Amino acid sequence: MTEVLPADNNREVALVDLLDRVLAGGVVISGDITLSIADVDLVVISLRTLVSSVGALMDEVGIESPR
Amino acid sequence: MPTEGVWTYAVVESEGADSRISGLRGVSGEPVRAVTSTGLTAAVGTVGLDEFGEAGLRRNLEDLDWLAATARAHDAVISEMARFGPIVPMRMATVYLDDRRVSQLLEARHDDFVAALRHVTARAELGVKAHADPEVLAGGQDSAGRGAGAKMSGTAYLMRRRRALVANDEAFRIAAEHAVNIHAQLLRHAVDGKRKPASDRRLSDRTDWTVLNGTYLVNTSDVDEFRAAVAAVDRDIPGITLELTGPWPPYSFAGDVVNS
Repeated sequence: MTEVLPADNNREVALVDLLDRVLAGGVVISGDITLSIADVDLVVISLRTLVSSVGALMDEVGIESPR
Repeated sequence: MPTEGVWTYAVVESEGADSRISGLRGVSGEPVRAVTSTGLTAAVGTVGLDEFGEAGLRRNLEDLDWLAATARAHDAVISEMARFGPIVPMRMATVYLDDRRVSQLLEARHDDFVAALRHVTARAELGVKAHADPEVLAGGQDSAGRGAGAKMSGTAYLMRRRRALVANDEAFRIAAEHAVNIHAQLLRHAVDGKRKPASDRRLSDRTDWTVLNGTYLVNTSDVDEFRAAVAAVDRDIPGITLELTGPWPPYSFAGDVVNS
């Protein structure tokens, strides 16, 4: 079992797990400016396409892959 | 036209909120501050609309570096505040035009926020992913074909190929079954739990299958027990590896109460 240690200031969390929570979780109430929920979903989808098509980019920009 | 907006991080009870917020810096490096109304406090920051307004967000959310830095900054504020009491995280990129609009939100959704805070009090979110190794799960079914040696007729080759495909399907079926059982088993140690879509394999850079992307709301007092349950499953099922993350602020659960 791999385990990511509990929250602290320097925790290294895989970006994919983080985005899964801050973009797909949290309370959704439309702000004055926030893109509508559908828009955000679209953005995330296109982002995923973008990221998955350039997997190597992850290493290039120094983002940790999930272990 | 306004040039500044109010980025919201989270909502907490007003009592003790100031000390939880003081000293924190937000997504644009701005000091995090409190907007308080009806016993609730929203942690907010003033941000420039060129970067965090609608057009800016639309552009920047596609920029992986920007997205990663902003997600981490948003999470850092929430995680730090979560250490000192219950918290309802706001989805990243919820921006208001001014503090008055935030106050109105706290008033309008007061009961929902209170219910959500109660739901997550003394609880944390833990993520569990299960990765399956198809070869181990297919276990031996392929080995009969390998014994055929170098000389192989076309028919034998096709039969072997067919067996390999069947073995692969079988491995996937077994893995999916394990995922259902693991989720059910972990739910016994949690208040709530949900299965989320697995991350894109290319995104996670793994060659094995992610058959479970689960997240669980666990009583703080049961976290050790939950970890032990995860470790037991990881040990007991050959071909399945579990990955545990957290504790997280209750990103995946606080919303259930407010969003509905």
